[in-house]
Amino acid sequence: MKFGVVVFPGSNCDDDMIHVLGTVMGQEVVKLWHKEESLPGFASGDCIVLPGGFSYGDYMRAGAIARFSPIMNAVIEFANQGGFVWGICNGFQILCEAGLLPGALLRNQHQKFICKNVFLKTQTNNSPITAELSLDQALKIPIAHAEGRFHADEATLQSLQDNDQILFKYCHADGTIDAAANPNGSARDIAGICNAKRNVFGMMPHPERAAEATLGNQDGKGLFTSLLNTVAAEMIG
Amino acid sequence: MQITEPQVTFETAKKLGLTQDEFDKIKSILGRVPNFTELSIFSVMWSEHCSYKNSITYLKKLPREGKRLLVEAGEENAGLVDIGDGLACAFKIESHNHPSAIEPYQGAATGVGGIHRDIFTMGARPIAALNSLRFGNIDLKHTRHLVKGVVSGIGNYGNCFGVPTVGGEVYFNDCYNQNILVNAMSVGIVKVGETVSAVADGPGNPIFIVGSATGKDGIHGATFASADLTEDSADDLPAVQVGDPFQEKLLLEASLEAIKTGAVVGMQDMGAAGITCSCSEMSAKSGTGMLVDLDKVPTRQANMKPFEILLSESQERMLIIGEKGKEHLLEAVFEKWDLECEIIGEVTDTGHIEFMQNGVRVAHVPSEPLVLGGGAPVYQRAYAEPAYVAELKKFNAASIAVPTDFVATAKQLFAAPNIVSKRWVYEQYDSMVRTNSMSTNKPSDAALVRVKGSEKALAVTTDCNSAYVYADPYVGAMIAVSEAARNIVCSGGEPVAITNCLNFGNPYDTGVYWQFVHALKGMGEACEKFNTPVTGGNVSFYNQSIVKQADGSTTTEPVFPTPTIGMLGILDHFSQQMTMDFKAENDIIYLLGETKEDINCSEYLRTVHQVPFSPAPHFDLAEEFKVQKAVKELIAAKLIQSAHDISEGGLFVTLTESAMVNGFGFRVQTEASIRKDAYLFGENQSRVVVSVTPAQQAAFEAALAKTGINSTKLGEVFGTDIEIDAENYGPIKDWKHSYDHTLANKIEVN
Repeated sequence: MKFGVVVFPGSNCDDDMIHVLGTVMGQEVVKLWHKEESLPGFASGDCIVLPGGFSYGDYMRAGAIARFSPIMNAVIEFANQGGFVWGICNGFQILCEAGLLPGALLRNQHQKFICKNVFLKTQTNNSPITAELSLDQALKIPIAHAEGRFHADEATLQSLQDNDQILFKYCHADGTIDAAANPNGSARDIAGICNAKRNVFGMMPHPERAAEATLGNQDGKGLFTSLLNTVAAEMIG
Repeated sequence: MQITEPQVTFETAKKLGLTQDEFDKIKSILGRVPNFTELSIFSVMWSEHCSYKNSITYLKKLPREGKRLLVEAGEENAGLVDIGDGLACAFKIESHNHPSAIEPYQGAATGVGGIHRDIFTMGARPIAALNSLRFGNIDLKHTRHLVKGVVSGIGNYGNCFGVPTVGGEVYFNDCYNQNILVNAMSVGIVKVGETVSAVADGPGNPIFIVGSATGKDGIHGATFASADLTEDSADDLPAVQVGDPFQEKLLLEASLEAIKTGAVVGMQDMGAAGITCSCSEMSAKSGTGMLVDLDKVPTRQANMKPFEILLSESQERMLIIGEKGKEHLLEAVFEKWDLECEIIGEVTDTGHIEFMQNGVRVAHVPSEPLVLGGGAPVYQRAYAEPAYVAELKKFNAASIAVPTDFVATAKQLFAAPNIVSKRWVYEQYDSMVRTNSMSTNKPSDAALVRVKGSEKALAVTTDCNSAYVYADPYVGAMIAVSEAARNIVCSGGEPVAITNCLNFGNPYDTGVYWQFVHALKGMGEACEKFNTPVTGGNVSFYNQSIVKQADGSTTTEPVFPTPTIGMLGILDHFSQQMTMDFKAENDIIYLLGETKEDINCSEYLRTVHQVPFSPAPHFDLAEEFKVQKAVKELIAAKLIQSAHDISEGGLFVTLTESAMVNGFGFRVQTEASIRKDAYLFGENQSRVVVSVTPAQQAAFEAALAKTGINSTKLGEVFGTDIEIDAENYGPIKDWKHSYDHTLANKIEVN
């Protein structure tokens, strides 16, 4: 399985993602410049990652300009052909702006940027990045965003729920889900979702920041392992 | 506003902050009367901010040599320390006080941007940021406005730029009511031998300006930073710059890529005094000159005057000397990143900087006399011990009654803004981007930052208790260095070097200058003792707060002398990390160092007894050194589970902070021979609280005995409540709740 990490002007979690995929997980990973117009060498079992950061400074609306970068047409086509696309934080915002995922990410309810560890409850095993995660355990994974309040109309939220597209909800350390555990006021406490075809994932928390013992937290590593094992199993199957 | 260039007389020079002597010196250097543009160049280069004219004599007395130092202090934009494995660390702290006092958001943001540029202009990639912030009384609406602005300015800039803010400090004191202090520090990593110098070698080489276009913002910012703030200072708004972190991120990536092309001869960022400063410093360093055509400088608006282009402090710009014939290599990099990149002139051999506009030479000035270490003026000001010093020595601790209700007293102290968690502040900063922050999940006294590509980690901290420095500048500055070293040692690191940010009042005030001279003496002695040379930093004079008098008139008072220490430490292997939190029930708690009957200058005296001034707490440099050595040995022998130093709030606060991380309680005993408030809340220095498992207790005690330091067995980690002398102080979770939420409640009242 091969990974490509897109570098938009202003991306700043690109190196972190490459470090985890390459050095920690031992996978083949390349940087992709946003001005590229195609994704040569990537096949449907591969994964394109849109990393966190502040693409184009996010002075307008997070991700609103990056979706027009030349590479996004290729990413959309790649996703439509079944390739895996994973957007984290700013990458999630870009995926929503590009229409690859439903909904939008609004300014946090308390209006401030917030960076801290939060807890996530996995909602389904029916996606490559959550297939091997426990549905009972609360994962400690950090967030760092000012615009992370997931929003969609009621019908969209219901269809996300009905189609099992909600991957993660914010919770307390003991796993209970309530408004007090939700750091940004997102609808239905949503922290991450996937598309209907289950090959495009978006999440606000940063699993790449919680994948090494040296940093004292490996709760995020399970998402990477899950993706790799699921895809490997499909290849064999 | 139409700005015309006036005829130059002494009156003009005076308005630009120059003295009669300085004006005469300029005339004799040039052999003629300068024109307005030239006068402006001299005024900014000879301002305190650029020339260090009132401080350099004493800065040169600080220890500035060590086997790890790769550049001499002041030689480059930041200090450079060899950390082994072929890697070096570039680090520096700098103030942005006056801009932040006027426009907190932009002032703080551009302070962060400026210090990061100092690091990456040397070819180092910034991997961590810290900041030291001083605000006035938190109960004032103006203070809360400043806090909110500064924090969101630092946050938005650093978060977008993508460098984690890993540590720092926030203090509140009335002395900073108008004149807040915003000191920002950046830490970067570069391979040894791949650094870039701020030089302009090779006559004929092209001079590039890259990054943002030049606008009218920040003109005379350096001069502005070199005068007292007044009530009219808000009218100086154009002297505050506007930051664009996105542009800075592009400039960072493009600059590091440009260096890799091999076509960069020299590079310097544009900070204070803009193009003027970069041109004069780079050419003076190389003994060359520069011929610059101002018409080629990309500007944000038409018809900018020469002095406006030359003095503009527009942010996110770099001056690059390229290698002739390789211009296209640099241009390709900046085009990739969609950044402006223009050749504005070339290096000459004249020893002069010459600026042209519309084909006319608008300024022609020799470089050497402009710069620090060259011909810039050097002064030693008169100083005398200010009257307050004798006054505060009269304090008698016996006049302070020992509290009868210790639980209530502890609660009151534990809710003091200077004690409580600064969570409301630091959660607005991205502290984890670049995935090197080892302290997020395992807190320690200094911030630990893993260095990728090696097994090393850096330990970084900023420290200064300015109340101590005010009480006794000599001892207070020694304590600032010692506390920084102590924090690094308690985190498992070896202190190696410091950068300093010397925030003082008006240097023409003899009392202020007395504080300055004595603080630097103490700092120097402590740096010698810990073998932590000074690699650079910044001096910020003229920090004065406005005081309204009874008759309605106003005067200004200097802020507390605040020589902030930014210290760098190294862990040769990241597994040497030591943390501050109690790890397990029944672990035994010891205090290393000696507790004195001393409540001097404590937060306890200020908060509980409203005694604002008293002598500095007990401190002995030799004793401090011994305690730190002992802690290092105990960590190396793997005989302790946690280490946390005693600072503001005393033993009680240290114990509670160690306990609440994992929700443990503790039970300890005080000593009857020392008054209990001094024992629990006193701040006598050189003390560290450690915990050990019952299994390692015997080995620990044997090793401890060999160190020869004083120590006390205090008690043990126990249950979930605090218990002192068999009195219950309540559940630790309640203390944690107060600790975590008090600051937010105080700041967000409106």
